[in-house]
Amino acid sequence: MELTAVDRRLLAALEDGLPLVPRPYAEIGRHCGLDEASVLARLRAMIEAGVIRRFGLVLHHRALGYRANAMVVFDLPDERLRPAAEILSRLPFVTLCYRRPRRPPLWPYNLFCMIHGKERRRVLERVDEAVAAAGIAAAPRAVLFSRRCFKQRGPRYGLLASGKAA
Amino acid sequence: MERQFSDLEKRLLDGCQRDFPLHPRPFAVIAERFGVTEETVIDTLAELQAAGIVGRIGAVLEPHTAGYSTLAAMQVPAPLLPQIAAFVSAHPEVTHNYEREHRLNLWFVIAAPSRARVAAVIADIEYRTGLAVLDLPLLEAFHLDLGFPLQWN
Repeated sequence: MELTAVDRRLLAALEDGLPLVPRPYAEIGRHCGLDEASVLARLRAMIEAGVIRRFGLVLHHRALGYRANAMVVFDLPDERLRPAAEILSRLPFVTLCYRRPRRPPLWPYNLFCMIHGKERRRVLERVDEAVAAAGIAAAPRAVLFSRRCFKQRGPRYGLLASGKAA
Repeated sequence: MERQFSDLEKRLLDGCQRDFPLHPRPFAVIAERFGVTEETVIDTLAELQAAGIVGRIGAVLEPHTAGYSTLAAMQVPAPLLPQIAAFVSAHPEVTHNYEREHRLNLWFVIAAPSRARVAAVIADIEYRTGLAVLDLPLLEAFHLDLGFPLQWN
């Protein structure tokens, strides 16, 4: 789906989220020059097209007590990456599963998962479960717990967009 | 100390992370589902937002559709970390910025309308800090984002 200038304006108006008022879509529409029905129709279209992959509450897991947040990374041969990733991504406690480039020598890993938990020990148990489930115990891996959160918020794609930025 | 959540709060947090009602009065739709008033839903969400638990009610976009983003990492000498982290966070394109337990100790996400803008932010950070920034863009996503599964104690 090709995003129109109107869609981009709508996404920009939504960057801070829906306002907590009885008619939030009408309010968003006022900020991007659309009526309420058009806001709803464009959102529906973007959700159906998969441009919006989730529409709802975005939670700050740290404030919910999930303070043990691990980025778990693996160095897998290219042909073994996809089958392992498909298993990992289906585990309920794995919240992200992405392939990214290696940057040797500093960074040899090419598969990234996030595992969040309330306790470090529990997260490490889940790393072991995940490794066993995917059969990748022999692959080099690292577990990078977060220590401090300096910033966390949604993206601002409207920031510098002229309305039809690529 | 961990915050206690009411049943309504738990139901909102569990049940509204996806498929938020596309209806002119979405809070009234949720209120009816949970057997409370629209005003109660709005007030409760406002409290959760004020407490920093709900970031926003919004759209999580498929990567690289409306804009471009990357994950970046730096190896920062420990004494400089607070300063450099603050400098990185000051860029409006930086959405997440964490210290992690690794030699590469600063990890952040840069999201901007274009790939060129993301590259410009990386160049600016490298130039101003004199440190290298590892650029680790998404090549393939495997998971389906269904929101964050919560466990209530």
